[in-house]
Amino acid sequence: MSIVATRDASLVEGWGGPKQTRKQRRLRRFVLPIYSALVILYLLTPIFIIVLYGFNQTSPKKVAFRWGGFTLRWYRKAFVLSGLTAAFKNSLMIAAISTIIATILGTLVALALFRYRYRGKGATEGILFANIAAPEIVLGASLLSLFVLFGVPRGIRTIIIAHVMFNIAYVAVTVRARMAGFDRAIEEAAQDLGANPLQTFIRVTLPLIFPGILAGALLAFALSIDDFIITNFVSGAVETFPIWVYGAV
Amino acid sequence: MSGNDRLGRRAAPYLLTMPGMLWLVAFFLAPLVLMVTLSTQTGNLLDGFRQTWHFGIYPQVIWQYQHQFLRSFEYGGAATIIALVVSYPLAYWIAFHGGRRKTTLLFLLILPFFVSFVIRTLAWQFILADDGIVLGALKRWHLLPSGYHALATSTAVISGLAYNFLPFMALPLYVSLERIDRSVVEAAGDLYASGRDVFLRVILPLSLPGVFAGGLLTFVPATGDYVNADVLGGTRNNMVGNAIQREYLEFFHYPAGAAMSTILMVLLLVGIFAYARALGTRSIQEYV
Repeated sequence: MSIVATRDASLVEGWGGPKQTRKQRRLRRFVLPIYSALVILYLLTPIFIIVLYGFNQTSPKKVAFRWGGFTLRWYRKAFVLSGLTAAFKNSLMIAAISTIIATILGTLVALALFRYRYRGKGATEGILFANIAAPEIVLGASLLSLFVLFGVPRGIRTIIIAHVMFNIAYVAVTVRARMAGFDRAIEEAAQDLGANPLQTFIRVTLPLIFPGILAGALLAFALSIDDFIITNFVSGAVETFPIWVYGAV
Repeated sequence: MSGNDRLGRRAAPYLLTMPGMLWLVAFFLAPLVLMVTLSTQTGNLLDGFRQTWHFGIYPQVIWQYQHQFLRSFEYGGAATIIALVVSYPLAYWIAFHGGRRKTTLLFLLILPFFVSFVIRTLAWQFILADDGIVLGALKRWHLLPSGYHALATSTAVISGLAYNFLPFMALPLYVSLERIDRSVVEAAGDLYASGRDVFLRVILPLSLPGVFAGGLLTFVPATGDYVNADVLGGTRNNMVGNAIQREYLEFFHYPAGAAMSTILMVLLLVGIFAYARALGTRSIQEYV
């Protein structure tokens, strides 16, 4: 069999081509797809359950696990539940502000890492890596230690500080990864045509790396709005959405 | 190029990284050092804490919370292994046979992240509850003894951890499997390797970077987590995270919480850096 034919077979059927046994074919056609579907179903189960229980008829006094019948009452009541609306607003505001700050700071770091070789580059990369790899509980506990030692009152401001702290590295890594295919010659062309560095950045570089920045910002927003562990340490009496939910059950 | 220009070029990377790095030094690195300081203070919330360099707190918290420390590593390790075993075939199937559905499948894989982490964990509490929609029904149909319960067991905590961090394992695995040059796999087949040999001697070794990256991304958050233990584990299966959280936020005994957090950080960071050294940070960072 020619190499070309083998390649074509591999495109259609995956590896192995015509040499595979019946057992392998069965594995590929039935066992793996069914198994994968089950795992994905398992991943999605909690979402179904949450939606389902949103319609559960229970007494409002306590959380009930038993199914008591169908009701739409909770959807009518969602916005009068004490604290929920405020917590949700807090979450949105914190996520918006911390995303903007983290996206700017993270993008600048990514630009430096992508375009320059400089002393201390390894240290910068090391700090980013350590920040992402460090467990959340340690980040939260250490930041609370700082606030305790300096007597900083906990509230919205400290939550924003924390969220920017854990998002800078994620933005930097995401933006830098998306810069991989960036062609420096385009910038040089702009400068050859008389654009100054600022004009080059705003009118050439920025539009080209914008999808990466957007991806980084979306990730930062998602991480901010979902964060519970770090926020719980530095929030004081302020409730964000995850903290409200945690306290409600 | 003028001298001024050259100076600008040399300063540029530092100017660009400065704001971000200052933030991280002030709110990430400095707090880690300050936490160690705080751990050696003595006092209480009312009278205030004073710096006494009381290192005796370390043996004290290790002794007091030894079970929580051990449990954390045990649960984290178990959850990581389960996540690996469960997600490897899935990642393999998507990477090699996903075809046109690849994007959809990957989207389904990260779909749980659109629901909050806390809510996902609470959902498992609903699923595993004694009179909940699953166990309640099974008991009514006499498929389970009426005294059976799943919540407040170590199994529930480990399953919750494995569930919550599974995508962190599956995605790096997928990336590493997707990267494998198909012609290498072809070549193994052409050289008469059996299907099993192709997998064990070609695909599996080439996917190891993904296994290591996924392992790190799953093990660290799972070990440091306390939400799963709190929601699914009841009172007898709590982890070191629960203890740190209680010492800080309920007892306001900051030195004990700081000491435990320092121990956890040192254990994990030493582990992470040894791991990164052995495998090269590059290969891990690519997946982060």
